[in-house]
Amino acid sequence: METFVTAFAEAGALLISFDPDFMSIVGLSVRVSLSAVAIACLIGFPLGAIVALKRFPGRGFVILLLNTFMGLPPVVVGLIVFLILSRAGPLGVLGLLFTPTAMIIAQTILVTPIVAALTRQVVADLWVEYGEHLRSLDAGPITTLATLITDARYSLATVVLAGFGRAIAEVGAVMIVGGNIDHVTRVMTSAIALETSKGNLSTALGLGIVLLFLALTVNAAVQIINTSAGKRAALA
Amino acid sequence: MSGPASILPLQVHRLAFEAGGTRLLDDVSFDLQAGRRTVLLGPNGAGKSLLLRLCHGLLRPTSGEVRWAIDSRRSARRQAMVFQQPVMLRRSAIANITHALAAHDVPRGDRLPRANAALALAGLSHVARRPARVLSGGEQQRLALARAWATEPEILFLDEPTASLDPAATRAVETLIEGFHAADTKIVMATHDLGQARRIADDILFLHKGRLLETSDAEAFFEKPQTEEGRAFIAGDLLW
Repeated sequence: METFVTAFAEAGALLISFDPDFMSIVGLSVRVSLSAVAIACLIGFPLGAIVALKRFPGRGFVILLLNTFMGLPPVVVGLIVFLILSRAGPLGVLGLLFTPTAMIIAQTILVTPIVAALTRQVVADLWVEYGEHLRSLDAGPITTLATLITDARYSLATVVLAGFGRAIAEVGAVMIVGGNIDHVTRVMTSAIALETSKGNLSTALGLGIVLLFLALTVNAAVQIINTSAGKRAALA
Repeated sequence: MSGPASILPLQVHRLAFEAGGTRLLDDVSFDLQAGRRTVLLGPNGAGKSLLLRLCHGLLRPTSGEVRWAIDSRRSARRQAMVFQQPVMLRRSAIANITHALAAHDVPRGDRLPRANAALALAGLSHVARRPARVLSGGEQQRLALARAWATEPEILFLDEPTASLDPAATRAVETLIEGFHAADTKIVMATHDLGQARRIADDILFLHKGRLLETSDAEAFFEKPQTEEGRAFIAGDLLW
């Protein structure tokens, strides 16, 4: 019980102290995960929409793969990216291993299937409503995609959140490809793992509380945008 | 209204449509000429909506063909369709129209003036910035018509456009349809409303159970229907 009390005290202290080491860890966490989610959306939105709308051979298999990959174990993804980026690996020459870029790559691989699979569902639902009108307009594929993604924007915001939640919370992939190097690739989750293994339980828990607080802030922001903008656009 | 060669006449030849092993439309043939307002009349389940969708290209026939005067690639954008439940994009009223114009590759600078003109025609200028989905049912249907108007179709398909509207809103919609007719847009409307058919039709296509039973001048049809089913429908008897 004492651990919890100390943990809250440490979390509070960390938050108000603006300790530069701590801030750099938080900053890197957010930067890596946001970048990964942004790239995952660039790939996942159109990919999900195409799978929702296009009939092609093997489509059922693609959907199965996407749904399965939603649950990719982060350590496995980390390991695969590690093997690809390591000296002897196919992309070893790029020297990306143990850099934030490698962490972004790993998290992008984790998040893209989530964004794509959920987008597919959202777009398929909207197509039921919009399909005849868009076909009546003889809208081209680009227009159709753009219309559906734009008009599903509030549902897709939730999809982005699901992706961000996955990225910011995982530790396995960033740990393996980043290496948890202080001031270089240490993020909140890997710092928590490290502090725990060192026995600094209250510091670890303090970091955990800050991580939760961060997630809460992001979710609250999206919810506020959704309700106010949602009302205006009457997405009902 | 636009383009050099007209897409009309439309020739429908031995059209049939099956779904799940049931023949919903069978051996339907007719021609549609420019100028006259055609009403597809018949009870619910006669296949009116189906026939409109087949003509418009939203569905593929099981057999038979729908032939426009020019090839189907170029004819598609010179048609428009208004549905019983208008499809309203999650955008403002005016954005619903500019979206349709963008989809038709209308140059960016022309979209807003054309959208505004269409809204004014439908008496919707005061709700231009309002989200389309909070408009009343009547306003939504007028917006759907304004959106079709903006794309300057040569032929307009209407699928029971007033089926869920009150009399005042119905009148407003019918006035707009009249406007299309006055602008030389070919009107093809499905309805089961006899009064509406009398008000609008120049020609009647009478459908019953997936078959085209009568093709005639509206006046002649209401005066003296040629089939038992036609007589019963006009008399208001239930058709089974």
